[in-house]
This record gives sequence, C-alpha cells and structure tokens, in this order.
Amino acid sequence: MKEIIELLEKNARLTPEDISRILKKDIATVKKTIEKLEKSGVILGYKAIINEEKSKSFKPVRAVIEVQVTPKRNQGFDYIAERIYKFPEVVTCFLVSGTYDLLLIVEGDNIHDVAQFVAEKLAPLEGVRGTVTHFLLKKYKQDGFVLTKGKENHRQSISL
Amino acid sequence: MKERIADRVNKIEPSGIREFFDLVLGMKDIISLGIGEPDFVTPWHIREAGIYALEEGYTSYTSNQGLPQLRKIISQYIHRRFGVKYDPDDEVLITVGVSEAYDLAIRAVVNPGDEVLVPQPCYVCYYPVSVLAEGKPKYLSTSSTGFKVTPELLTSNISSKTKVLVLNYPNNPTGVTYTREELKALAKVIKEKDLIVISDEIYAELTYDHGHTSLSSLPGMRSRTVYLNGFSKAFAMTGWRLGFACGPEDIISAMNKIHQYTMLCAPIMSQMAGIEAVLKGDSAVRQMCTEYRRRRDYIVERLKEMGLDFVYPQGAFYVYVNIGETGLSAREFAVKLLRQKKVAVVPGVAFGPKDDNDRYIRIAYTVDFDTLKKALNKIQEFLRSL
Repeated sequence: MKEIIELLEKNARLTPEDISRILKKDIATVKKTIEKLEKSGVILGYKAIINEEKSKSFKPVRAVIEVQVTPKRNQGFDYIAERIYKFPEVVTCFLVSGTYDLLLIVEGDNIHDVAQFVAEKLAPLEGVRGTVTHFLLKKYKQDGFVLTKGKENHRQSISL
Repeated sequence: MKERIADRVNKIEPSGIREFFDLVLGMKDIISLGIGEPDFVTPWHIREAGIYALEEGYTSYTSNQGLPQLRKIISQYIHRRFGVKYDPDDEVLITVGVSEAYDLAIRAVVNPGDEVLVPQPCYVCYYPVSVLAEGKPKYLSTSSTGFKVTPELLTSNISSKTKVLVLNYPNNPTGVTYTREELKALAKVIKEKDLIVISDEIYAELTYDHGHTSLSSLPGMRSRTVYLNGFSKAFAMTGWRLGFACGPEDIISAMNKIHQYTMLCAPIMSQMAGIEAVLKGDSAVRQMCTEYRRRRDYIVERLKEMGLDFVYPQGAFYVYVNIGETGLSAREFAVKLLRQKKVAVVPGVAFGPKDDNDRYIRIAYTVDFDTLKKALNKIQEFLRSL
C-alpha cells in the first residue's frame, strides 16, 4: 500500500499494469488497493501539473493571504477555518504557527475579484482579526517542479 | 617518412562502433537507452558545495594524493559501507575518475609481457589500457557462465605469465554482480595463483538484491587488491571526474608516482564537492538507487513478456539482452531499431569480441519511467515486425 501511494504520488500516469510489474504483484491486487485508497479518500484525485509560465491559456490572479483569527471555544481553529475554506475562491488553506494563523491561497479572474472577496467576505467574518494580502507575481517552483527553466540535463545521447 | 605514431598506440584497434555512435548522435528526437550515465543531475547540495568552493577561491592545486579531508572521509566511508580499513595517509589516492585510477593501477603493476585477464563483456577501457602499458591483456569469455568469472574459468586461463585479474561488478554492460560466496571461491584461486586484482566497484552503491561485498574485505585479499571507486554513478557526478583508488601502500605509492607527473591532482572544486557528497549524500543516493531498482524490476518484467533472453541484472543500470533469435547481428538490430523506431541501444560488440557479443544489445535504464515505458513499447513493436 505504502509503495503504491509513493509511486502514484510521483507519477499518477502509472497504470495498474505498470505498478504490478514494478512491484511484482498481480494486477487484481493492485487495482483493488488503488480502489480502496480512492474510496477511503487517501487518494483525492489525479491532475496534470501545468506550467502557467508557459501555457497560453487563461491565468487566474492569485493572492497569498495571511489571516489572523480568534479560535472558538471548544472548537479551536477548525470552525473558522471551515467557514473560510468553503468559499470556492479559496484553493488552499493551511493552519500555521507564527504571527498569523491561516495561510490562504485565493484565486480570482482579476485583482478586483480578489480584493472584493477579501473586503466583502473574508475580513468581515466573525473571528477574523486581520488580513494581509500578497498578490502572487511569478511562480518559480511548484510541487517540486521548477517552472522557469528547461530541464537540467546535458547528456550525450549515447555513451559507454 | 618515419611512422609518426607509436607502435603501442597503433596496436590499439579503433572502436568498432564509432560509426553507430555517429549515426545516433546525428539523429534527432530519438529515445536513447544507450546512455551509460545517470539521468539525474548531481544533487543540488553537492553542486552548491562546488559553487561555494569557487566563490571561496578554491582554485589551486591540491596535494598529489588529494585533499587530506577527502581522503579521510573516503576511508571512513569505505569502512562504514564495505567493512575495509584503509589508511588515508598512504593507502588512498584521489584520481580523475576511475578511468585514471585504472590506468595508474595497470601502469603501476604491469611489466611488458605480463598477462592481464580481462573478463568480457566489459567496459571498454580495460583491454586497450593494458596494451598501452605493454602488458598482454587476455579476454576471459563469461558468456557461458552467466557473465560471471567462475573459479574453473579463472584457473583454466591462468598461465605462468598471468599477473593481474581485472574485475568489475556490478558489471557494465551486464548488470551482473557477485555474492559474497562467489567472491570467496574466486579469492581462493586468486591467492593460490598469487594474482593482483584491480577491482572496479564503481557501481557498488547500485546493488539491488543483496549487499555489495568488496573483494578486499575478504580474508587475505586486502594486500593484493586495488579497490577502485568514484563519485560518478552513485552520486550522479560523471562530469566532475572524481574517483579514488585504495590499496596496499606499495601499489598506491607507485600509482601516485605516475599520477604526480601526469595528472598532478584531481580538480580542487570537484574534491570539495566530493567531501559534501560523502558527508551528506546518503539520502540522495538511496533515493536514486530506489528509482533504478524500480526501473530494473519493470524492465525485467517487460523483457520477459517479450520472450527475450537475458541474465537477471542485480546492479548498475544495464541489462544485456540476447537478441540472437531475431537472426540479426547486434549491429543490424541496433541500426534497424534506431532507423525504424528511433530507439537507441548499444550493440554488444562494443563490449568484447564479436564471437561472444554479436548476439547482444545493452539496454541502459537511465531514463525516467515514462520514457522507459515508451521505448520498451517501441522495442516490442519492432520485435513483432521482424
């Protein structure tokens, strides 16, 4: 199970056949294990990692937002976090240690959308004490992939 | 006009597969399973140490033997990983890759006419470098013994002139390696016949099914083994040209004598990066090794499904595949595969005499998984089309 997760986390395009060959397990077992992982929510989905620096398709505006909140009695941060992450504009929500509590990544069609979201939805929420919004200017590296340069490999195509 | 080129050099045959290499290098958009070096670039923390060395002005010579700190940690590393103790002061020599180390070792021990046993198929340098040293290299064919030297094979090839045995395991091009028991059996003959062994263990860290046994760790072998290893394969540092030789003081000192007049020392920035690699590189090596092992497991299953014959590879990143059943020679197979499917492999004739190797191709799995899969699909299509 652990190895299957590790393999898929690195390369979601591996088929059950590939995995069965790599791990020397029969295909049926591999398929079953993957199904189990999907049903139990260990595997949430599969997607391509797009380099927006290169893609010509529409690029949303993103902001990294620091949020200071007041935790709720008996529920800690979970209650207020849920109130926030349910907004579809919020694509990422982390509880972090330090000078603020929640770290959000918020997406919108343009700067105005994001500003409006912060001003009208996020900041007025009960329990939100303050926000600091950083608009994202350029991505250099994401999920282990460098986005701004080509592959670092300069090998000759044949050698002994 | 006088012959300008020395006889020694003229005696070396030009590489028979230069033409094929040129063909590959001249083609675009091919998938190459013919690359004998890691597809990983040097881990960043090691590259960063090299950059830092330059920033700090480490641009000088080092002592001929190599930086004392590097020798010390290499000695500790070999003791920790392979259980052999070498004195960093006079039993360790830092070289410009294992290639230089091998040349030095051969030149240090071979007198004109001394026989050097070179098991084949093997990496290309062992034979010609012995010729340059005016030794008498003699190929041992391992194609009927599972690409391994056996005590019987060794015994039957030793003459009164035999001085040196060259071993390379895990092996390029076969991926075959030896168990401790097999090495013990060989060691017995080596001691009886009083041979010196030059043991190229550059792929030691890339051993997948059991621990790697260094020949010099066996009783009585340390004094007659020149142990060669380097940074190229395990740490993905081929371009840094950094290797080392460990052995008995007299041989290392003789090698250093040649080294000081020819190479002087290995580049200091490479040595500085090497220190970082040995001290902090373990987890990167493990990660790369796991990746190679998975590719090995995958490729082995695929080749079996294609009905191809090969000896199960337990190390390095190669499989030596018998394509004899196709009726094609190694070169014909490689050229056709390249032209029709744009997949490059190396014909076996690069690794030893034609009689033994013309039925084999070397596949290197030094490409990422998706590329490997694509290439194997194409090989499968190619086989079906024959």
